[in-house]
Parts: sequence; C-alpha cells; structure tokens
Amino acid sequence: MKFTLSWLKHHLDTDASVDEIADALTDLGLEVEGIEDPAAKLRDFTIAKVVHAEKHPDADKLKVCKVQSDEGETQIVCGAPNAREGITVVLAKPGTYIPGLDITIKVGNIRGVDSFGMMASEKELELSDEHNGIIELPSGEVGENFADWLAANDPAKVDPVIEIAITPNRPDALGVRGVARDLAARGLGTLKPVTVDPVPASFETDLKVSIDNDTLDGCPVFYGRLIKGVKNGPSPAWLQDQLRAIGLRPISFLVDVTNWFTYDLNRPLHVFDADKVAGNLRVHRAEGGETIVALDDKEYALQAGQMVISDDNGPESIAGIMGGAETGCTEETVNVFVESAYWDPVQIAYTGRALKINSDARYRFERGVDPAFTPEGLEHAVRMIVDHAGGEVSQVIKAGEVPDTSRAYKLDAKRVISLVGMDIPESTQRQTLTALGFSLDGNMASVPSWRPDVQGEADLVEEVARIASLTKLEGKPLPRMDAGVPKPILTDGQLRQKNARRTAAALGYNECVTYSFIDRKAATLFGGGDDATMLENPISSEMSHMRPALLPGLLRAAARNQARGFMDMALFEVGAAFHGGEPGEQHNLVSGILIGRTGPKDVHGASRPVDVYDAKADVEAVLAAIGAPAKVQILRGAREWWHPGRHGKICLGPKKVLAVFGELHPKVLREMDIKGPAVGFTVWLDEIPTPKNKSATRPALAAADLQAVERDFAFVVDADVEALTLVNAAAGADKGLIADVRVFDEFIGGALGEGKKSLAVTVRLQPKDKTLKDADIEAVSAKIVAKVTKATGGTLRG
Amino acid sequence: MDDLKSKYLSLIADAADESAIEDLRVQAVGKKGEISLKMRELGKMTPEERQVAGPALNALKDEINSALSAKKAALADAALDERLRSEWLDVTLPARDGRVGTIHPISQVTEEVSAIFADMGFAVAEGPQIESDWYNFDALNIPGHHPARAEMDTFYTHRAEGDDRPPHVLRTHTSPVQIRSMEAGGAPIRIICPGRVYRADYDQTHTPMFNQVEGLAIDKDISMANLKWTLEEFFSAYFGARVKTRFRASHFPFTEPSAEVDIQCSWVDGQLKVGEGDGWLEVLGSGMVHPKVLQAAKIDPDQWQGFAFGVGIDRIAMLKYGIPDLRAFFDSDLRWLRHYGFSALQVPTLHGGL
Repeated sequence: MKFTLSWLKHHLDTDASVDEIADALTDLGLEVEGIEDPAAKLRDFTIAKVVHAEKHPDADKLKVCKVQSDEGETQIVCGAPNAREGITVVLAKPGTYIPGLDITIKVGNIRGVDSFGMMASEKELELSDEHNGIIELPSGEVGENFADWLAANDPAKVDPVIEIAITPNRPDALGVRGVARDLAARGLGTLKPVTVDPVPASFETDLKVSIDNDTLDGCPVFYGRLIKGVKNGPSPAWLQDQLRAIGLRPISFLVDVTNWFTYDLNRPLHVFDADKVAGNLRVHRAEGGETIVALDDKEYALQAGQMVISDDNGPESIAGIMGGAETGCTEETVNVFVESAYWDPVQIAYTGRALKINSDARYRFERGVDPAFTPEGLEHAVRMIVDHAGGEVSQVIKAGEVPDTSRAYKLDAKRVISLVGMDIPESTQRQTLTALGFSLDGNMASVPSWRPDVQGEADLVEEVARIASLTKLEGKPLPRMDAGVPKPILTDGQLRQKNARRTAAALGYNECVTYSFIDRKAATLFGGGDDATMLENPISSEMSHMRPALLPGLLRAAARNQARGFMDMALFEVGAAFHGGEPGEQHNLVSGILIGRTGPKDVHGASRPVDVYDAKADVEAVLAAIGAPAKVQILRGAREWWHPGRHGKICLGPKKVLAVFGELHPKVLREMDIKGPAVGFTVWLDEIPTPKNKSATRPALAAADLQAVERDFAFVVDADVEALTLVNAAAGADKGLIADVRVFDEFIGGALGEGKKSLAVTVRLQPKDKTLKDADIEAVSAKIVAKVTKATGGTLRG
Repeated sequence: MDDLKSKYLSLIADAADESAIEDLRVQAVGKKGEISLKMRELGKMTPEERQVAGPALNALKDEINSALSAKKAALADAALDERLRSEWLDVTLPARDGRVGTIHPISQVTEEVSAIFADMGFAVAEGPQIESDWYNFDALNIPGHHPARAEMDTFYTHRAEGDDRPPHVLRTHTSPVQIRSMEAGGAPIRIICPGRVYRADYDQTHTPMFNQVEGLAIDKDISMANLKWTLEEFFSAYFGARVKTRFRASHFPFTEPSAEVDIQCSWVDGQLKVGEGDGWLEVLGSGMVHPKVLQAAKIDPDQWQGFAFGVGIDRIAMLKYGIPDLRAFFDSDLRWLRHYGFSALQVPTLHGGL
C-alpha cells in the first residue's frame, strides 16, 4: 500500500515530519517498507537571481551570467536560450550533485571563461523531461532552499511517497483514511472529517438491480446510480499526480475515480458503460461454464456458484473481483452506471483464488471492506464524477440491505495490563479505542464497521497495546517453573539422535541436511515413490516425493561432490523418512555412506578402498553410542538396494531390525551416477529398545585376579559358513571360562581346495578360582573343537 | 690387594665393549677369578689373619662388581646413543590421515537453542512433518479462506482419485507441534519446537525447506513483558553479547497482540554485528497466544494465557556464524560442510559456552 504525504494530509491534520510518521507507522503495525522523498535530492539547490547576462566572447550560444546567490555574486557560463538578466533561477554551487546528469558540479573554465556552478533545468533535477531551458521561478528569495520553495509552491513535485506493508487483518488500512486514523489515535495529528454532499437526483431511471436469494449471503447489499451525459477524458492533474505517485497509470477520469476511492477510502467501485448494458442487472451465482472477458482482456470460465453480475446478454462483471471488458468505460463513454456493493470476503477469496485473478478489488473485498460505508462511498464517487465530468444523476438504485455487523466486546482493563505487561491506565485504554472509532458503553466496546478483524476481547487488547506502542514494552523476568537447578529436558529419542549424530561425526563423517523431498526415480530405488508420498504441487520434479530413506539424498549429495572432484567422502544424516502420506507416518533414521578410499593416497600406504567392514565398524559404534543391546543377530535379506551378498541386518530376532550395513547395490549406484563402490549403513533409531534400568549405578566390576590364557585354533570350513556361527559355537564350549572369541584370520582357497576356507580364532580363557593347568586347557580345547566341528561341519586345521 | 684393585679398576675403565667387561668379570670375580681364588685361601688363614683379610676381600669384590656394572651401563648408554643417532626419521612427512567429521550448523544451533531454553524450563517437543490442515491451519485460527493461508505457499500432498478428504500439508511452521503438545499435556506448559518446515518458495533467500524453532509458554499470568525478557535473555545467551530487542505491532492469526521482534545490530563495512549499534534487524515473530488457539488445544483461555514465538534456525545460524547463503545449507558441498561445520566434541553447554 502506497500513498503520498499530501494524500495523508488530506485526512490527517499534522505537523509531523515524514520520519516521525514512518516511525509511528512501523510501530503501529503498518510496517514502512520504503520512503521515496523527491525533496531529498534537491536539498543542496538554492534560489538565485541572474543580475547580468552577456554573450560569451568566444561562443555564440553561450552566455556569461552574473548571478546573485546567498554567498554573493558569482559568475556562471550558461548555454540555455532563456538565460537572461532578471530571472529567478535554481542554482547548483560547485560540489553539488546533479541527479539528472549523475555528476557533481565543479568550478569550470568554458572557452576561457571561469564558471562557478550551474543553473538547472527541470530535467536535470528530475522534476520533468523539460530541458529547453533553465528553470525560471515565478517567486522565491535569493538563498532560499529550492526544496522548501517547491514544498510551498508546487508540493506535488516533492510529495514523499510512503509504502507500507498491510497485515491481512487490517483492511481498513488499505485506504489512506484508515492509515490516518491510526496515526491520529497515536497522537500524530487530528483526523479530518470526511463528508459528502450527495448529488440530487434529476431523473428517474428504469434500470433495476436484483440479487438472487441464494446470493444474498455473498452480496447482501448493492447500490448504484446512473449518470447521463458525462464527459470522460483525462483526469485533472492532481488526480493523475497522486495515482502516478503510488505507481498507478491514469487511464481515464471515470476509471481513475474508482481507483482513487479504492486507495483513499478502501471503497472499490465499478463503473459500467450504461449504453452497453442490456436490460437490468442481476447479481447471481454462475451455473458453471459461462465465460467472460474481463477488464484485463483475458477470458475466464466461471465455475458454478461464483458470483457474477449479468445483464440480458449474460455475465458482465466478475463480482467484487473484476469488471467485464464488454461493459467497461472508454473515452467515448457518456452514460455510466456506478456500482458500490459489499461482497463477502470468504466467497471473494475462493473465487479469486480459483480464477487466479489478483486485482485491487479482490485484495480488498477478501480482507473486508466497510459494509456500512457502501451507500456513502457511492455518493463520494458520483459527486466527484459530476463535479468534474458533468452529467445528470438518477435516483439511488438499491438491492438488499447493509448487513448488520454491530457487535461489542468487554474491555477488561486489568486483563489488558496482565496480558501486555504494560501499565496502561484504563482511561488511556478507553481513549485509544474511541480514537479508533469504537464506541464505549460502560466497559462494552462496540466495534466500528470498518474493523471486521475485531472479533473478541483479545482484539481489543491488541488495539490498546499497539497504540500504546510495543516499542516501549520493557521486559520482565519469566519466573522459573520450579526453583533450583533445571531438570534435564531431552527425551530418550532426542538423546539418541544427538548421540548418534555426535558419534558419526566423531567417526569422521560430515553431517548433511538434505531436502525431505526427492525425485521419484531416487525415491523408487529406495522403496518409495508411490502416490501416497507424492506432493500435489512440488516446486520441481527433483523434489516430487517425500523421501522413503536418507540414503538417496546422501547419494545425490555424493554425486554432486564427485562432480566437483571430491571422490572420497563420508557423509551422514539424521532425520525423518516417510513411509506414508498420513501425519505420523514417518520414522527417524541415521544413515551414513562411505565412498572411495579411506583417505587420500599417502606415504604410509594406509589408504585403501572403503569396504563393508568399515561400514560395520561405524554402525556398531553408533549402535553402542545410543545404548543398543550388545547381543544382536546378523541376518541377511535386507531390501533390494543393498548388494545381495555383502550386507548384514543387525537384528534382535528376525523381525526386529535395528540397522543394516553393507555395500550398496551396483545398479542403484549406477542409476544415481555414483562412481565406484559405496558402502553405508542405516539405523532405525525408534527401534532401539529403551534400557529398562534407568539407575546411574553400575554393576560391580568382576575383574579376575588370575592370569588369562589365550589359545589359537584354525578350522577348515565350507566357504559359506559364517564366522559368527563358528565364534558362537566356540564361545558356547565353556561359558564360564571363555571370556572372548575373536576371529583373526580368514584364508580362502589355495591348498584348501575349492569351496573351502580357513578361519582362525583366538580364544581367551579367564579362570576365576584357580590357575589353569595344562590338563584344563586341553580339556576346554577339545570341547571347543567338538562344538565348532558340530556347528560348522568343519575340521581343525592340522 | 691394593695392586689388584688398581689393576682391575683401570682395566674396567679401559674396557671397550660388553664382552670385554664380561671377560674381566670372569677374570676377577668369576668362579676361578683372581679375587675368588684369593677368597678361597681365607680357609687356610689363621682366625686373626682371616679377620683382617676377609672384610677387605669382600669390600674389594663389591667395589669391582659395582665398577663392572657402572661401566656396563655406560657402555649400553653409549651403544644406544649410537643406535639412535642412526634412527633418524623425516618427521615433516605427513601423519597418517584420519577423517575429520563435522556437525551441521543446523544441528549445532538447534542444540544451542535447546540448551538455553532448557535452562528456562522449556522442553523440546516434536511432531509430524506431514500434517492435517486442521493442525497446521484451522487450530491456529487460520480458516480456509484466510489470506494468510494462501500467502504461506503451502505444499499439499497428493490425494488419490476419489479420495475427497482435504489434502494434508507439509507443515508450514512447527506450530502444529504446539497444538499437539497442549492437547497432550495441557497447561502450564513450556516447550520449544524445533524442526523442518516447508514452503513452496525457492530463490536467493528462500528454500522450499527450512528450519524453525517455535517457543510456547502458557501459565496463569505470563505477559508480553515476560516474552520480551525471555527473548532478550535468549538472544544474549545465543549471541554471547547483551542484545536488545524492539517489539513492533504486527499480526499473526494465532497470536493477539502480535509483535515482530527486531534485534539490535550494526553494519560496519558490510559486516553485521548483533548486540551493538543502533540498527535493527527483523528476526522473529511472536505474540500472546490467541484465545481461539488455546481453545482449539483444549485449554481454557479464561484460566490460562501465555506467549508463543517463532524464529528461523538457519537464519540465526547465518547471523551468528556469518554464513552467507541459505541454499548452501542443503547442498551438502563437502567444502561447505567442513568450513561451517562443528567438531563432534564441540557440544554446546551453558557452562562451557555456546
């Protein structure tokens, strides 16, 4: 919403400066987005008089002028044809910036004659395109500031333009008058009365307006008057100036009038060319399928239920949104029908959205125009049209009734103070509401008809607080809910996320935050991409589906990094993935990927390609950090995006999957443009059982005093025997004695023959009550061999 | 006996290596060594002679033994020195590489914010990111026709043909978490709701997903003045400098009165500094929770009142850490992650600093 200072002063009697007004507006909730002050660039120019002018000795078209300024007489060489003795001019002294030329004037020497400044043209000051000569002022004293002279003599030229942002609750401030009212309530001036002297009817028209019964809820009232014999044409200068200043293009007087009242009083109007209206006007709902070419020259197909104004030829106006081109006014229009109606905000909002029309009328009606002002608004417009363009006016044609919006709410002065936390005396509170147009009966405040947003006591509080100025609010400590040291607040799930995140970073992974939506192809590769998780209005096809997992986003990120020349990386993310489209159909994951080598090639030869066991180490560290049970099963058969032979599911039983680690399927990597193998892991954070024992106390440490003994065994087993089977068998041989079984070597093929491998384990024996003798060790070794042989079908390697 | 002593001490002093020392040991105090043989002769002496010669011989033996071990140690030291002199490594060669991981600024700042509000008794609440339009809009006093609803650039989920339910939305703010938390726990309540939010907007300064933290405090007599204090305490703790705020009247459907909150800042040479100067930067929206919102969350607005606010996590991360471009937050460029990320051990705490 834009307006000029002089337009504001049309409604507000004030001496406040532009800056004071701007500060107040922002504080009041009418946030100033910009101020354009044409005077600002003219402040350095002063008024001077040419006391003598003669031809330049060496140039026919130049004159050497003696100019009287506030600093005495000075000499200026000037090329303007009108430079002559006796005229009052606008002087730019050396050092002054000339906006129209984008230069700063310096002392010059023109063909041998010194020149101390410049006399400006209107174009050079960006006042107009006039450049045939320098400015000749009809008045003005030597030394007077030119900006001040303009403000006094030609204010439109230096009228500051203020642009404010209007929140959706303030339709009243979409008119300059509403803005003025707020400022007056704040004490920045006095609101001037607005009155109109209605034009008396001089003839009776037969034109009728009707509102269908089913449309009265959308258009409760419609006023109009017919004006015959107007003379349309360009608007008067002041009207054109004001419209141009706020960025509107003057079109013709009749159209400009409606635009002006839209901005001045927030009263959108429509003017029909009465000669193009066939028969009577009827406000009704579209049946659906009718078309209308609107004033923007676009054709719109109306949907059933949308409100239109029709004549005998069909729809002529999209009610409250945009008039029709067919009955619009032109320069030739002589007979007009002026409409002032009230349209229901909700219905206008829906229709406007459906038809995708953004007009000043829709913008205002959907926020709420003052219904009570409907008839008066009409009289304002008719008066202005007749005063300027002449014509005879019919009786007022009216359909429906102005809706009753009267309501009152209790002003609870104590509650206001309690909510705002500012000590605003009750008298001030009442004064504020009165200034805003509320009327008070006891402690009941009746809401003015132009404030549809005020719907309860809380709104009164807001009005009082806003006018009192929230800038003046002073903080008061928020007392603690419980005295003393604050209690921990993170839930188990939150702690788990935090610990998983910090652990992954400690393991050398860089945390990513990738978009929650991803392209259908990537989503499909990871088990998603169905319609349930699809967005209706994605901003691009790259972001069409909610992610079914974190891995696709990480792989896309990896591909981007590879494209930048970074081939080795460790990335992870902690966040939600979506298994459905209903609220709550999301689950928390942590996923990591390792791509390329463990590090750049190095002097120690430590760099090697990453592999499944790197991913396994990291997933185990993450699981340990978030308190997952140490005893787990490792199963196969995870989803299809893992390498079928090179992955493991970390499970508590076949159905409870805590995590998966492994190599990603080469086909998936190819589809996602990843170079080289990639390994990764995913942990289902919500699946980790919460430890039952919340006590801080640890179990006592059982550290045996006796020396432990380690023995190595190597077994030849079939190649597909899993190491964990062997380890579990060995560990089960004597649970009391065997503290640990660790695989330290795997050897495949060679002399062992096809399909065989050797697995070597170290078994650590921890005696508890007596030192082990050779015979004890022999005995447990035999048990281990027996158990392993039975479990794996292998043999002890000789 | 003195001859013997000076002979061996000088031989020991001259010994060149460990084997020479060993030879001397055998020669002097070995089983058949010169001193051992002399000691054997003690048996043949008279008791009087023995009383003199015995202790003297023992003393001599001890002296020779300690001279032997001293020399042996000296020789070992010299040999070690010699070996170490040859064991030179170029320590300017690079160390073995270790990957260095990082925490994303959004996670770091979320933890910082949580630490500050935890001290003021706020818990951290979470909720669904796909929301019903009731939780995202209606419960927050944004009915279907409300202009704010259109202005929010909402993402809607797809509805299958014939499914006439209103589409769900990707939450446009974390306010639905406030509603769900109030429904579940009633009043009094103090929570912050950090998390991802979505709006269909993508340009220089907007991404279709960003992160927000909202706060909610409901009690018997919480006022807007308490809100101002809470936010000033928060910003001061967060930026590590006393930060003043300026409240300006505004409008949000879910609060009344509503205020936009600016923080004090200065711009010097294009560099923004929070907590000094006389500039103001708009960072946050806030207000007193609208009675209709409390009602929607089944809290009696005649009994309870309180404030709510919302601020962009990415935005305050950019302000504090001088990160220029929002879009880069979600691009996962390794160079960015390493440059703007945080060490795993840099856990924000109030006592250790944020």
